[in-house]
Amino acid sequence: MTLLTVDDLVVEHRTPGRPLVRAVAGASLTVAAGEVVGLVGESGCGKSTLARAVCGLNPAASGTITFDGHPVTPLGLRRRNRALAGIQMVFQDPYASLNPRRRVGAQIADGLRTAGDTVTAPADLLERVGLPRDFAGRHPHEFSGGQRQRIAIARALAARPTMLIGDEPISALDASAQAQVARLMRDLAVESGAGLLFISHDLSVVRLIADRIAVMYLGKIVEVGRTAEVWADPRHPYTKALLGAIPAPDGAGVLPAELSGDVPDPADPPPGCRFHPRCPVAMDVCREREPAFGPVACWLHEPA
Amino acid sequence: MSLLAISDLKVSIGGKEILRGVDLDLRAGRVHGLAGESGSGKTMTGLAVLGLLPHGARTSGRIALGERDLLAMPAKELNTVRGGEVAMVFQDPATSLHPMLSVGRQLTEHMRHHLGLDKKQARARALELLGQVRIPGPEGAIDRYPHQFSGGMRQRIAIAIALACSPKVLIADEPTTALDVTVQAGVLRLLRGLCDDLGLAVLLVTHDLGVMSAVADEVSVMKEGLVVETGPRGQVLRDPTHPYTRALLESLPGETS
Repeated sequence: MTLLTVDDLVVEHRTPGRPLVRAVAGASLTVAAGEVVGLVGESGCGKSTLARAVCGLNPAASGTITFDGHPVTPLGLRRRNRALAGIQMVFQDPYASLNPRRRVGAQIADGLRTAGDTVTAPADLLERVGLPRDFAGRHPHEFSGGQRQRIAIARALAARPTMLIGDEPISALDASAQAQVARLMRDLAVESGAGLLFISHDLSVVRLIADRIAVMYLGKIVEVGRTAEVWADPRHPYTKALLGAIPAPDGAGVLPAELSGDVPDPADPPPGCRFHPRCPVAMDVCREREPAFGPVACWLHEPA
Repeated sequence: MSLLAISDLKVSIGGKEILRGVDLDLRAGRVHGLAGESGSGKTMTGLAVLGLLPHGARTSGRIALGERDLLAMPAKELNTVRGGEVAMVFQDPATSLHPMLSVGRQLTEHMRHHLGLDKKQARARALELLGQVRIPGPEGAIDRYPHQFSGGMRQRIAIAIALACSPKVLIADEPTTALDVTVQAGVLRLLRGLCDDLGLAVLLVTHDLGVMSAVADEVSVMKEGLVVETGPRGQVLRDPTHPYTRALLESLPGETS
């Protein structure tokens, strides 16, 4: 059952005196209940903006986001529609996303209140994310990055989400804590039957936990597929370049392939296919027309 | 020939032993990788070489740069070595570069101090360095500020700053961890090339065994403040002798087929 549908979403950032930036330029994506979707791409490709739009933190310029049959509206000052509180987000930096002046337990209780849950205690949630119960009485500064991110996850879970979003939840953590926290998020989401949209630029972690993988480039999803299939047989040249750039720990001393050039300015995307200036197999058609189809948005893989 | 020899290095902070006798040998033109989980003491080893350990740290052992022992060196003398003969590249270029100083200013400041160059000479050298780390359009780049560059370009600038005084030893502490994979490949190529061309001895601290496999010649694996295994890259990564190294390799997600 499809839980979250993002259809042809466009999100624009306006800054006075600067050209309009189309951070998300027509992206479509679905997440089913109990499914983990990994969204990967280079920094600046619009992954985080997409996640924020799904939570209502960025308004959509066009396109629709539907969650469980309800359209997602931008967050405002008024009380959020109860149905939309089923979307919860874990942010990138646990040093910034927890309130330093409030006890951890009180922050988790906010989530419980949102769900109208009067039975569960904050300590129960701490236990679920693998922390001791007595941490509830402490303040965020007493914890390491990994512990804080677990607390942030506990707070998100307290609201009984049916859709959990992780916006680079592991990139601020130590290397050894990254895989642990990623696995924890997956287990907790799948256990409660919720969908998980996991955003990361670290492909090796996404591969560990995602059922499906979506590759984003400059505001568009360029390839979607089952993780194992994408990994074994990447079809879009960008996906190939991304996977090819991961060095293998085989002791052979082979330097990974380099993808030449930088990500183009999203305020001024190239005409035609957005990847063509960096694409090793660009053809004439790539410079003129944008491949607007899926699951692989590349003229080499045009559906018949 | 060994350029920098660390022998029996012990560091304790607040009574807690962080390093418990580390031995490492860095050679010119070679990249020495230092692997291990966080908390194993990789970064502390790098910081100890530069005398940048946290306040109150007690050290024993020897860090020999040629004939001189860096641990026994007076602070004033160490200041001439640090940034001069031994330089460091940090993990996150967004925080290791000063946001309010232009790239040129950050590149030339220590050059003028260490090498005694005048403004004009330092600027010329800075332009040369920016070209060396393959920053497009060095003349334009030199007067810009760090926020105007992408993460990969910033790390290249940080590397240029480290190279400014022609160091013999370069400590790179997780230099590509904050970067995208596509950018990481470029920075790794650059590091390898610089090491080969300039005959640098590089100590590459990283948790990523893939990165290790791509650029390191020798690999040491650390655990709880001790080096548990050292050897040539191929041997350590393909045929590890220590059970901990084997466990590290086995914990990686399966091979790409």
